[in-house]
Amino acid sequence: MTARTTAVVPGSIDQRRSTGIWRDAFGRLIKNRLAILGGLFVIFLAIIGIFGPMFAPWPFDHQDTPALIQNNFRALTPLQNPAHLLGTDELGHDILSRLMDGAQISLSVALVVQVVVLGLGLPIGALAGWFGGRLDTYLMRFTDVMYAFPDLLLIILMSVAFRDTAFGRLYSGLFLVFVAIGLTSWVTVARLVRGQLLSLKEMEFVEAAKALGVRDRNIVMRHLMPNAIGPIIVAITLGVPGAILAEATLAYLGVGVQPPRASWGSLIAAGQEAIRTSPHLVYLPGLMIALALMSFTFLGDGLRDALDPKLKGKQ
Amino acid sequence: MATEATVDISLTDQLAVEAADREVKRAKAETLLEVRNLSTQFFTADGVVHAVDDVSFELGYGETLGLVGESGCGKSVTALSLTRLVPDPPGKIVAGEILFEGVDLLKLSPDEMRRLRGKDIGFIFQDPLSSLNPTLTIGYQVSESIRQHMGLSQRAAKERVVELLSKVGIPRPKDRLNDYPFQFSGGMRQRAMIAIALACDPKLLLADEPTTALDVTIQAQILELIRKLSEEFKTAVLLITHDLGIAAGMCDRINVMYAGRVVETGTTDQMFDNPRMPYTWGLLDSLPRLDDQRGGRLRTIEGLPPLLIRLPDACRFNPRCSYTRDICREKEPDLTVRDGGHLARCHGTEPTGWIP
Repeated sequence: MTARTTAVVPGSIDQRRSTGIWRDAFGRLIKNRLAILGGLFVIFLAIIGIFGPMFAPWPFDHQDTPALIQNNFRALTPLQNPAHLLGTDELGHDILSRLMDGAQISLSVALVVQVVVLGLGLPIGALAGWFGGRLDTYLMRFTDVMYAFPDLLLIILMSVAFRDTAFGRLYSGLFLVFVAIGLTSWVTVARLVRGQLLSLKEMEFVEAAKALGVRDRNIVMRHLMPNAIGPIIVAITLGVPGAILAEATLAYLGVGVQPPRASWGSLIAAGQEAIRTSPHLVYLPGLMIALALMSFTFLGDGLRDALDPKLKGKQ
Repeated sequence: MATEATVDISLTDQLAVEAADREVKRAKAETLLEVRNLSTQFFTADGVVHAVDDVSFELGYGETLGLVGESGCGKSVTALSLTRLVPDPPGKIVAGEILFEGVDLLKLSPDEMRRLRGKDIGFIFQDPLSSLNPTLTIGYQVSESIRQHMGLSQRAAKERVVELLSKVGIPRPKDRLNDYPFQFSGGMRQRAMIAIALACDPKLLLADEPTTALDVTIQAQILELIRKLSEEFKTAVLLITHDLGIAAGMCDRINVMYAGRVVETGTTDQMFDNPRMPYTWGLLDSLPRLDDQRGGRLRTIEGLPPLLIRLPDACRFNPRCSYTRDICREKEPDLTVRDGGHLARCHGTEPTGWIP
């Protein structure tokens, strides 16, 4: 029956074949306008983050003293001088260039933190969920302790403790920020992965795989992880705004990236002193943070809907 | 250092001797599988459940044995015990021997046991949809045990998968390798499961109610497929079913189980010509027949199997049996010979009994 249909209309077969699980989810994602908007802005930020310094009108640490003198040593407002589209600060740094460099810092913090989160959360959650029993108890109590510890306090303590060591100065102090924020954020992913494995390992296909003599490691990696990957992707995407925000908070408090480099958070911190005379020094980086947070959140929400197993096969 | 080296050598020697010993045992063994006094229990909050209680049976090379009984009488737990897949905790195999080609499976290390699963013992599960991983392609899932146990290259494994899928009757197998289980129909999924179970050419196939989740027309096809392939591959089959009709069509021998025990065993002919246990009569009687009066009620066995906790020394079927006498409530009958190879566990049908 099927074979005959193939012979008659080969095109219909091709159409059917294209409905893999990921394509299916992508089809649903692309219909979600907010998620696409968020996704496009994320891509835009990524391009700026990677290539921004090449296209920036000025180097981020260049001080345009002549323009500053001309303006009586006051920060240039946006559009005042065509050479500085978004104006300068009171030291003559071009704001557009600084925002582009800040995009690189904020995004790399967001992404590297997620790598740390995955690196800690995935194995800890997987071990606890798969083996259960006493190992589960120990790992999860440890996770609870980490969860209960005040995040900001831990990050600030770490930053202060390591600030003057080689580790603290690595990559203009950013490496410390990666690790510190990562250490406080992996808990959610670990719990998520554990919960996923706890329910997945009771599925019949796990027993079937055991009956085939598949190694435990392969059951977890090959059979269970693909089933758990959807929620993990969503958690990671939604973790990005948290990390950006944490970095901004730290930068505002003066912990983290060291001058002359600046993230969006440290731009706000630097600009607040002149907020009455030059409000753009605060609202421009603030706007960037808000836009970045919103786009990641929209994208994450869209991914959650698209990867929802209850919607499988539906458009 | 020196002592360590000698220890190493004698250890490998010992392993070699053990391996050779196993080969000899294998060659001597006439039966593929010999289960002796197997008992599997579940340790629950309510007490110890005797799910499989002192069960013994044999299965020859290429033979098909049916394990028949209603829900909850230990059929599936028996099959799981054979592959040592009883969930532990709460389950545990507490006693017995499972001699597979003369080697006691219960004495193997977990890793040796894992290498046997899928390779020498294939398993077909009841519900093909939930036994297939929804996120992996059919091709991957069929090739998994091949690559695991036979060490074939990716390409050779793929060829073997295509061959297997066409053997189990999946049309255009090459095109369907990259399909996911949800793109297969129920019958096709079970065919794929059979391909997985037979992938490494196992000597024993455990089929746990392979057709329960399928509709009747597909059922017949799947059973025919299992029968045909087991003949072609010379695979012994342990078929678990609650349907005596299926067992009659498929099996050389039948074990009837009740409340964790084998209550009657014999060749299929013996079981159908002259069953010697009231429970078997009940099962046979509850099969719908073509010559039944239209609109009549289907016959059932009244009551439920007993809870398998704290069983008294009595015939386990006696509360539901219409032939019960005092002795049935006082002493559990033994599994005794009726005629050549036909055994039953019933006081009433003993030569001295009251049932003709």
